[in-house]
Amino acid sequence: MMSKMKSFHELKSVQERLKASRDPKKPSVTICVGTGCLAYGTQKLVDSFREELAKRDLTGKIDFRTSGCHGFCERGPMVVIGPENTFYQRVGLGDAAEIIDKTLLKGEIIDRLLYVDPATGEKIVREDDVPFYKKQTRLVFGLNFKVDPKSLDDYLAIDGYSALAKAMTMQPEAIIQEVIKANLRGRGGGGFPAGWKWDETRKADGEPKYVICNADEGDPGAYMDRSLLEGNPHLVLEGMIIGAYAIGSHEGYIYVRNEYPLAVSNIHIAIQQAREAGLLGENILGSGFSFDVKINRGGGAFVCGESSALFASLEGRAGEPRAKYIHATHRGLYDKPTNLNNVETWANVPFIINRGADWYCGIGTAGSKGTKIFSLVGKINNTGLVEVPMGTSLRKIVFEIGGGIPEGRKFKAIQTGGPSGGCIPDKLLDLPVDFDELTKIGSMMGSGGMIVMDERNCMVDVARYFTNFLVSESCGKCVPCREGIRRMRDILVDICEGRGQEGDVDLLEKMAKGIVDGALCALGNSAPNPVMSTIRHFRDEYEAHVREKRCPSGVCKALITYSVDPEKCTGCTICAKVCPTKAATGERKKAHVIDPEKCTKCGACRESCKFDAIIVR
Amino acid sequence: MEEKIKEIIQQYKGDKSYLVPILQDVQKEFNYLPKDALCAVSANLSVPISRVYEVVTFYKAFSLTPKGRYQLSLCMGTACHVRGAELIASNISDILGIKEGETTADLEFSFETVGCLGACALGPVLVVNGEYHGHMNIAKSTKVLKKLGKKGATDDE
Repeated sequence: MMSKMKSFHELKSVQERLKASRDPKKPSVTICVGTGCLAYGTQKLVDSFREELAKRDLTGKIDFRTSGCHGFCERGPMVVIGPENTFYQRVGLGDAAEIIDKTLLKGEIIDRLLYVDPATGEKIVREDDVPFYKKQTRLVFGLNFKVDPKSLDDYLAIDGYSALAKAMTMQPEAIIQEVIKANLRGRGGGGFPAGWKWDETRKADGEPKYVICNADEGDPGAYMDRSLLEGNPHLVLEGMIIGAYAIGSHEGYIYVRNEYPLAVSNIHIAIQQAREAGLLGENILGSGFSFDVKINRGGGAFVCGESSALFASLEGRAGEPRAKYIHATHRGLYDKPTNLNNVETWANVPFIINRGADWYCGIGTAGSKGTKIFSLVGKINNTGLVEVPMGTSLRKIVFEIGGGIPEGRKFKAIQTGGPSGGCIPDKLLDLPVDFDELTKIGSMMGSGGMIVMDERNCMVDVARYFTNFLVSESCGKCVPCREGIRRMRDILVDICEGRGQEGDVDLLEKMAKGIVDGALCALGNSAPNPVMSTIRHFRDEYEAHVREKRCPSGVCKALITYSVDPEKCTGCTICAKVCPTKAATGERKKAHVIDPEKCTKCGACRESCKFDAIIVR
Repeated sequence: MEEKIKEIIQQYKGDKSYLVPILQDVQKEFNYLPKDALCAVSANLSVPISRVYEVVTFYKAFSLTPKGRYQLSLCMGTACHVRGAELIASNISDILGIKEGETTADLEFSFETVGCLGACALGPVLVVNGEYHGHMNIAKSTKVLKKLGKKGATDDE
């Protein structure tokens, strides 16, 4: 346990001592234990590494570290061997002994664990040379590699909390001016300038003032905030303390999804450590400034990502939002001035303070500065977290970093902004991604989820999926959202099930307008976005459903039939084996058939056919 | 039960604003939220039972009915959806004979669909009592259920 640090000077000397004790040339093993990698069973690999190292009497002689998410989730479990940064991916849970004996002790490379660039066939040894990483700008997320999230020492050894020390020598107003100048915009969705919010809260009357970190990352398909919070909790905490100092707040909350147990546990540990080290609590670093943070776990309601609903939830009530004619900066939590930013926004603050607004403004576009972390998921080869400068084109993200679409299928659309966002077609792939450009084409940045879809995804079905999600997540307080979205969902279900009527699409557009204007909070008035954007860019698919009762992508069950292509079928019998209703039948080595009367369109035959012989039309 | 609940409330120093986390801990203890537990929380925290009930029914994390021995959570995040999670959901429902959100009469299986679990690289993902099964498809989900002792429709004959 670290003793309490009582001055900036003391912090500096602790940092120096820790840095001096680290030898960058010392052999090291770093294993990613983010939630994604843990789901692969990585904990077993970690245990076996510890055991094998102990057996060889190497414990302590090498730096062994479990770190937060590295981002290349597609390739987990991942092990990086230093000092050369040899990158092993899809490591087997029993590979520990071999890696230690060959690579760590003899410097030999184990060929089969290397990443092969599918574009060139080249085997890549060093982690930084993997195209997925090489083409990114890993500013905020990059620190995840270097720290064990449970170790304050690790964070201090990379000069952690030096931004806090620097900020505390500045006037609070000067900090706010720096953040305004850096044009740091909220990474949670709205893109509101954080500096202005801080300024408003600082100037508002009323005590106490609250500072909140919104870690209720509810967008399905987005997990960058979780990975920051569980991978580098001290960075987020440092940003919050700086914000609290600038605003003049002494009480803060982190509102985190209960579905993120590892993030809850890691931030909990970080808070304890920071308190013990004098970085949080009474009289921080002897400056006379006091600030403390509490954690509150959410109850699993998407609407609680909306600030006023989040306040209600923090107060122990149902998370219903309220009209926002009074800003939270004046009357937020318990009706007191409250500043709320999301995880990634807070994590950017230490960089701005350390390196200055001018440096920060050198990254990004005119209206959006800095980098943004995206979670690139769906029909994409390299699923993972991607950090790029604002203004990077979608094409670069999908094809260069993401490695394109699996199985050689065709790209159809990319969905950004979660349930409040929209679908972007291939003709707009060269769009530079920033807050304003995405809004212009009817989508939004949101928290940064990017879901890639290919030719086998039906855009009407996707619109129905999101609308359905929002129906179940609508809190029910205002009528346009509660009734309007449900009615839109019903129409979409009708279209998907072959009951669509002429005029339905126009009606959807009309209703969408009403909901946008009438709903109380951001959940409601952005709810029609998925429908609007798919109509805008994929109207032909809607028309095929309504007029021809046909689902061109072969997704909507009521509009499709399964059959076997006798040319392609080899009679391997697998479809007959997996068919739960015995609709697929045939003799070995002869083309099979599917009885449409018995077929329930469950899809089991299509997924198991190795010859692509199942036709869905 | 009363004692346990008092203990949990004590951990939060009886602060009403921690109603949601308190209920989460109570649910963890009893596997669901029995009526008596809700009444005990209400009495010991001085929050009206109507408020407790409002909160319990508002948030998805809470269950007023007992959960099964095997708790199956299928991720329905967007990434899993575009990779066919819906077909898997109907397969599991068909085999278990229950709808999502329900528990089998023998209290063996609970099946729920959940928002994003953030393990998108593994999608579609099925979680059984905290253990992740990745790259799910229809056939694999049948296999998982079979392993847990539930016979699928294909094995009846």
